[in-house]
Amino acid sequence: MTADGKSMTAIRDFDMSVEDGEFVAVVGPTGCGKSTTLNLITGLDRPSAGEVRLYGNPVNGIDQRIGFVFQTDALFPWRNVIDNVVAGPLFRGKSKADAYRDAQVWLARVKLSGHETKYPHQLSGGMRKRVALAQTFINEPRILLMDEPFSALDVQTRVLMHDALLTLWTAARASVVFVTHDLEEAITLADKVYVLTAGPATVKSVYDVDLPRPRIAAEIRYQQDFIDLSHTIWNDLRDEVMKGAAQSDAAA
Amino acid sequence: MSELMTQPPGVIYRPGTSDAEIEAAAASAERRRKRTVRAWQVLLLVVLLGGWELLARAKIIDVFFFSSPSAIAARLYDWIVHGANGTPLWFHVWVTIEEALLGFFSGFILGILAGVALGRNRMASDVLTVYIKVFNSVPRVVLAPIFILLFGLGLTSKVALSFVMVFFIVFSNAFQGVREADRALIANARILGASKWQLTRSVIVPSAMSWIFASLHVSFGFAIVGAIVGEFVGARYGIGVLIQIAGGAFDTAGMYAAIVIIMVVALVAEYAVTYLENRLAKWRPAPLQEMA
Repeated sequence: MTADGKSMTAIRDFDMSVEDGEFVAVVGPTGCGKSTTLNLITGLDRPSAGEVRLYGNPVNGIDQRIGFVFQTDALFPWRNVIDNVVAGPLFRGKSKADAYRDAQVWLARVKLSGHETKYPHQLSGGMRKRVALAQTFINEPRILLMDEPFSALDVQTRVLMHDALLTLWTAARASVVFVTHDLEEAITLADKVYVLTAGPATVKSVYDVDLPRPRIAAEIRYQQDFIDLSHTIWNDLRDEVMKGAAQSDAAA
Repeated sequence: MSELMTQPPGVIYRPGTSDAEIEAAAASAERRRKRTVRAWQVLLLVVLLGGWELLARAKIIDVFFFSSPSAIAARLYDWIVHGANGTPLWFHVWVTIEEALLGFFSGFILGILAGVALGRNRMASDVLTVYIKVFNSVPRVVLAPIFILLFGLGLTSKVALSFVMVFFIVFSNAFQGVREADRALIANARILGASKWQLTRSVIVPSAMSWIFASLHVSFGFAIVGAIVGEFVGARYGIGVLIQIAGGAFDTAGMYAAIVIIMVVALVAEYAVTYLENRLAKWRPAPLQEMA
């Protein structure tokens, strides 16, 4: 349902499953319902028909096993770095001492030790994203949802963030659903790439990315098999991008 | 050559271009600019007050209506030394400040509580909005005679008037602030595991704070207005009473002297609020152009 009360079909017959510890990227044309999908999985929104299942159980409200990294800056601007990171554990009833000790550990992992008492507005965009990663990972989510988390960053910073994310993910072994419009980003990070159709979104095709790990984000994009795969998926995606653009032109 | 000796080894500057010299030049330019601003401010004050005094002495303006700076200063001195209306001046001032402060704090705290509570409760706000609009449409000063009747000539009636003036401003700002809270921050807090109460306490209220603070400056002014209007209508002590009495006796110097006192009180309050705001909102980026 949209804000003006009309119903809108964002996604239809959407069927996608993620293995434990798998990194899945979802690419699709703009406005195809990628964000809607994530909101359904978290329980922030409810589906008008059908149901979303996590580990076989229907999603009913917000699930504690889920972590979410947002596209926009979602750090609390009135809290300094470490108070942002401890937010999750404190909300979930951990003791203050434990929460702050864990926060130090996670800040060290995202290479932000020494910046604990700074406020978000004093940090660069890449540093803020790293705080957001620490804030999410400290809750030790089994499922990590990421909604175009790095789209606001410049290209160089984004590559650094890819490496940071892969390191954290390797240590945490969470399942990741990474939504992006950047195909190269998807291939760099993921085990599997889902291509969605223009809205209402369904899964058009799935590609396995069998590039060896550990991957180095700055290097991998120049390897021949990366380029071949990227070419194949782009041929598939291009039609949907055209269709999506035509749809949004018609709607405007 | 002497300035070359102070440079880090291996770095050679032309005279006058070293970092230290450039910084010193910038600092002294800044000091000069500040002195110039201050000088013009003082000059403007002298010209205005001096002009007023001269025009009054030359009988170009009527001292009966406009008084003169010297007469106002003399009246202030007289009040400070001998008291006003048979009571020490500080007592009048304190009565007004006390009324304004009590009205301000009660209105401020209850305004925030009511605004946040209603902002978080969709059903209650939908039901009550129309009544709040109705109450809000009543000009607050017309309540003064009613409050005097209800609560008598003493402190309570003025506090009540100050309270209603402050309450609605803070209430509507807090309500708006809650409604405007960033959806991404709320979603983030919910996923991080915040309960409804934790969400209110650690996301909604802090993000509404900038709206609430915006109302702080205005609402303290209104608290003083409430106290003084209440004193106009009926009181034994207070700055409002002094103005009322001076007005009744066609004593313009007395009226202006009372206004000067109110100005001082309001300015001190304004500085206090700004100080408080800076202390509580240290997480905000510094404004690009620092206000003088």
